[in-house]
Amino acid sequence: MAAPFSWIKPEPHGIYIEPADCWVDPSRAVDKALVTHGHADHARGGHGQTVATPETLAIMKLRYATSDGATPVEYGETIRLPGGVDATYIPAGHVLGSAQILLEHAGERVIVTGDYKRRADPTCPPFEVTACDIFITEATFGLPVFCHPPIEEEMQKLLDRLAAHPDRCVLIGAYALGKAQRVIAELRAAGHTDPIYLHGAMEKMCRLYEEHGVDLGELRMVAEHTKEDMRGAIVICPPSALNDRWSRRLPDPITAMASGWMRVRQRARQRNVELPLVISDHADWGELTRTIREVDAQENWITHGREDALLRWCQLHQRRARALALVGYEDEDD
Amino acid sequence: MDEFAALVDALVYTRSRNEKLRLIAEYLRATPDPDRGWALAALADGLDFPAVKSSTIRNLMKDRVDPILWTLSRDFVGDTAETASLLWPAPEEPPSPPTVSEAVELLSSMNRKSVVIELPHLLDRLDASGRYALLKLATGGMRIGVSSRLAKTAFAQAFDVSVDEVEEYWHGLAAPYPELFDWAANGEDPPDIENLPTFRPFMLAHPLEETVVDLAEYAAEWKWDGIRVQLVRAGGETRLYSRSGDDISATFPELLDVLPFNAVLDGELLVRGNVQGGEAGGAASFNALQQRLGRKTVSKKMLKEAPAFVRLYDVLIAEGNDLREKDWTSRRAALEQLIARLPESHFDLSSLVEARDFEHLAEIREGSRDDAIEGLMLKRKDSPYIAGRRVGYWYKWKRDPLLVDCVLMYAQRGSGKRSSFFSDYTFGCWDGDPDQGADLLPVGKAYSGFTDEELKKLDRHVRSNTVNRFGPVRETDKSLVFEVAFDSVHESKRHKSGLAMRFPRIHRIRWDKPPHEADRIEALRALIRD
Repeated sequence: MAAPFSWIKPEPHGIYIEPADCWVDPSRAVDKALVTHGHADHARGGHGQTVATPETLAIMKLRYATSDGATPVEYGETIRLPGGVDATYIPAGHVLGSAQILLEHAGERVIVTGDYKRRADPTCPPFEVTACDIFITEATFGLPVFCHPPIEEEMQKLLDRLAAHPDRCVLIGAYALGKAQRVIAELRAAGHTDPIYLHGAMEKMCRLYEEHGVDLGELRMVAEHTKEDMRGAIVICPPSALNDRWSRRLPDPITAMASGWMRVRQRARQRNVELPLVISDHADWGELTRTIREVDAQENWITHGREDALLRWCQLHQRRARALALVGYEDEDD
Repeated sequence: MDEFAALVDALVYTRSRNEKLRLIAEYLRATPDPDRGWALAALADGLDFPAVKSSTIRNLMKDRVDPILWTLSRDFVGDTAETASLLWPAPEEPPSPPTVSEAVELLSSMNRKSVVIELPHLLDRLDASGRYALLKLATGGMRIGVSSRLAKTAFAQAFDVSVDEVEEYWHGLAAPYPELFDWAANGEDPPDIENLPTFRPFMLAHPLEETVVDLAEYAAEWKWDGIRVQLVRAGGETRLYSRSGDDISATFPELLDVLPFNAVLDGELLVRGNVQGGEAGGAASFNALQQRLGRKTVSKKMLKEAPAFVRLYDVLIAEGNDLREKDWTSRRAALEQLIARLPESHFDLSSLVEARDFEHLAEIREGSRDDAIEGLMLKRKDSPYIAGRRVGYWYKWKRDPLLVDCVLMYAQRGSGKRSSFFSDYTFGCWDGDPDQGADLLPVGKAYSGFTDEELKKLDRHVRSNTVNRFGPVRETDKSLVFEVAFDSVHESKRHKSGLAMRFPRIHRIRWDKPPHEADRIEALRALIRD
C-alpha cells in the first residue's frame, strides 16, 4: 500500500494528482487541469481539458478564449477522475465562480482552497467550511497586521469623500475580475444609485457578471462621456490605469484603490493613492487562522503569500503545517 | 489628538505640495495653543523623548505579540510605529484620546522604567490612527513626506508672514514656539534672537551636471571632504552646528573658545593631516574626521592626535553686520580681512582655485582624485547668501565616481516608500580567481541609483533567487552583477574584506554579465588613496 497522501504532490508549477494525471491550478499548459477560479495566476489557457465551475469557464472563455475541453462542474457536484480520484467543487467566496476543490482518494481527503474569503460578498456564494485531512490554504494576507475592516465602513469613507468634492470624481483602481463588481454591488447595497463610470477594460467582465445574475445598476463607459458628466461620480478602472495618461480625461480625480494592501500606509503611498479603501477578496489574518481552526485538518499546506507567518502561527498553536513553494502566483493587485 | 491624527493621515496620503500646505495651515489656524506648537515642532523637526525609542516600542510589542510574527510584520510594513499601531491589541474601553499637549507632557515625564507601564496606558486611549500619530510623534522624525521647510512654509502661509523670517527665528526658539505664534498669529513683536548663538540656515549647492559656467562670473574653490559646519558666537557663547542645524559643540570643544568676536561663519570641519591636497592641503582624510564624529565626550589623546579646525568658506554675520544680502565678492573680501584676527591653530581660509577657463578648470578637477579632494565648488560672484538651494548660484562639481563590478550577495527590505521591496543590497568582490573556487567577500551596501522600474525587477530577482533567509535578510544565488559607483575607498576593520566604500550606489545593473567576470578585491584595494 502506498504511503498516506503520496497520491498528491505539490510541484513548483501546481498541485499534481498522480493517479488521475491531472493538475490543480497549474501555471503552465497541461493535458488536464482542475481550476479553482478565473484569476490569471490560477487559470491559464492552453490546457487539453479544463474542469471548473460554469462561471469560471465563462470567465476563462472571455479572458483566455479557452473553450476546448471545458468540463463544467456545479457547486456541490462531484466528478470522478481516472485512478479513483473524486473531485468536488465547493464555494470559496472569492469571486464569481470561485471554488475550493475537495479531492478524495483511498479514503483520504484533501482540499485545495485556491483563493478565498470569509466575508459576505453579493457577487458569489460564501465559503463553506468542509472537513478534510489536508487543507491547502492560500496566505496572501498572512500577517497579523492584516485585518480588513467591515466593508460598510469603507463604503461610507468613499461616499463621504465623494460628497465633499462635487466637482471632482473618485477614481477607484480595482482588479477587473471580482473586485470591481463587488465594489459596485456594495455601493448599490449602500444606496448609491447614480451611474458608475467604467474604464473600457472593465466592461465585458461586468456584463458577464450581470449575465450571471449580479445586479450592478446603471453602468456607463468613460469613453462615451465628457468630463462634465463625470463630476461628482465614481469611476472604476484597473489598478494599472490609475496613474496612466488615460485618467487625464477625468474631472480632477481623487485617486482611490480598493485592495487589502491599503491597510498599510506605505503601500498606499507607493501607488500614489489618496483614498485607500481596505477591501479585499482574500481572507485576512483573523479569517485565515479561524479557517484553519474550523477546518481542523491533520495537516495544513500553505501556498502563495506570506506563508512564513502563517506557518509560525500553526507552530505556536500545535498544528502541523508546511509551506509549498509554488511559482507563478502573484498578489500585486489585490 | 484626533485632529492631529487626522492631519497626519491626510498628509500621508496627499501628493500635492499645495494641498499639504493647505492642510497644515488649516490645522495651525484651527488648533489652540500650545497643541499647535507641539504639532508644528513634531512636523518640522520631530520631538525627542529620551525614554521612548523605536526599541522601546519593539520591546513593548514583543511582550504582546509573538516575536517572530512581530519581526515578519515589521519587515513587511517597513515602519515600527505603523506596525505597532496595527498590531496593538484593541482595548475594551472606548477611546479617550489625550490632547497633543497632554500626550507630550505624559511622554516627557516617562523614564526608561515607567515607560513600559505608561506608554501602553496612553496607547489604550487611542484608536489605530491615533496610535500611529502618537508613536510617530513620540519617536522623532515623522517621515510622512513633510520636510521641515514645508512645515515652516505652511506656518508662514497660515498667518501670512514671510517664511525666511520664520527660518531666522526658528533656531533661536524652542517648542512649542509661543513667541512665534504670538508674533505671527497675535501680531506681537518678533522674537529677539540677536544675542543668541543660533543657527542660520545654510546656503546649499546644486550638482553642476551638464552646466558650463563662465569663470568671469563664478569663483572656484575646492570641495573639501569633511563636514560642513557653522560656527556662531553671540551673547558670550560659541556654538558649532552641523549642516542640519544640530548642535555639535560638545564633540569639538577645542573650537569653543577660539573665536574672538561675535560672528556667524560657514566652513568645512577638518582634522589636521596631509592627505587632502598633500602637505599643502593640510587636512587628513574624511576617515580621520569620522573617528571624532558622534562622540559626547572627547579624550585628551583624541584632541592631540586628531585636532580639528575650520576651513572657512563664507561669513554671514560679523560683529553685528549682517552680510548675507551682500554679494559673494564682498563677503569673501570681509572674510579675508577677518582671517587675520583668527588663530591659525584653528582656522584657515579655503583658497580659491585659479583657472584660465572652464576647460582648464575641468583639467584641474581631473587631478583632484589624486589629491583626495571631493571636487570643486563654483560660486557666482554676485550671489547673496540665501538659505537653501537656489538654482544658478552655487554648484558642486564632484570628481567622477570610481566604478567597480560587484556581485549581489544579500538583500533586505527597504522602509518608507520602499517598504516590502527588497531595496537594500549588499554586494561583494572575489577574493581570488572565481574559476579556482574563490569566494565573494562583502565590500559594501547600496540602496540608490536605480529607477522604480528597476527596483521592481530587482525585487523580483531577489524573491526568485533566494537561497537562504536570515531573519529579514535574504541571501541570493549570487548571479547578478552591479556596476557600483563610489567616491573613494578606505581601509576598514568593520568589513571582512578590510575595505569600506564612500557613497556607494548602483551605477548600472549588469543583467548581462556573468558573475565570475566581476572584479576582485585586489582591484578595489588598488583604488585606495589614503
